[in-house]
Amino acid sequence: MAQEQVRPNNQGEIRYLTPLSVDTRKKKYCRFKRSGIKYIDYKDPEFLKKFLNEQGKILPRRITGTSLKFQRRVAKAVKRARHLALLPYVTDLMK
Amino acid sequence: MNKYETVFILTPVLSDDQMKETVEKFKKVLTDNGCTIENEENWGLRKLAYPIENKNTGFYTLIEFEGEPTIVGKLETAYRRDEKVIRFLTFRLDKYAAEYAIKRRAVRKAKQEERAAQEAAAEVAEAPAAVEAPAVEANEETKE
Repeated sequence: MAQEQVRPNNQGEIRYLTPLSVDTRKKKYCRFKRSGIKYIDYKDPEFLKKFLNEQGKILPRRITGTSLKFQRRVAKAVKRARHLALLPYVTDLMK
Repeated sequence: MNKYETVFILTPVLSDDQMKETVEKFKKVLTDNGCTIENEENWGLRKLAYPIENKNTGFYTLIEFEGEPTIVGKLETAYRRDEKVIRFLTFRLDKYAAEYAIKRRAVRKAKQEERAAQEAAAEVAEAPAAVEAPAVEANEETKE
């Protein structure tokens, strides 16, 4: 059989049925730097919700990809919005 | 002289007149202390994200003004003395925020004009007696 003939050549090699999924994640980027936004408005709760999880907590930089400079500004905007009851401090199923 | 922005929430139990009166009162506090009011926005009755003083709605008002730093203390004292105010926020606008505020004002103004034009057009549609002539006028307004 053909397979038996092939086997001696491939000994020691691991073979997969499907090609390995090589890690090709898209590089994260800071959306503020890319689109040139300089000021983050606390008056727009719908926009700020992009940076919150379902409980209304601020998402970390490692998930959103925001640069440190703008993460600080996002945090400030979210906190101002919370103070003015535009965003909740604690909640469930916000989205 | 710095630029500041202040937002305050009034209790929903007030009538429209009472609300306007209160807003005027705080504007007077500002103008009496040598401030120039650059912009005023009334967001109307909005739902709060969480209850404040057992209330679920409130009248939001935003005022942008330019003045000396000492005014902020005076304004906030006035807020604290008035029990109609349930929440307030005042802060200085940095250069980016000031740019954004000017842009935002322009956008809001354009939207208002558009809405006014639409209303005018709607009025025209409602009056079938003179259909053609006012319709042309309405078109001109939207172009502007």
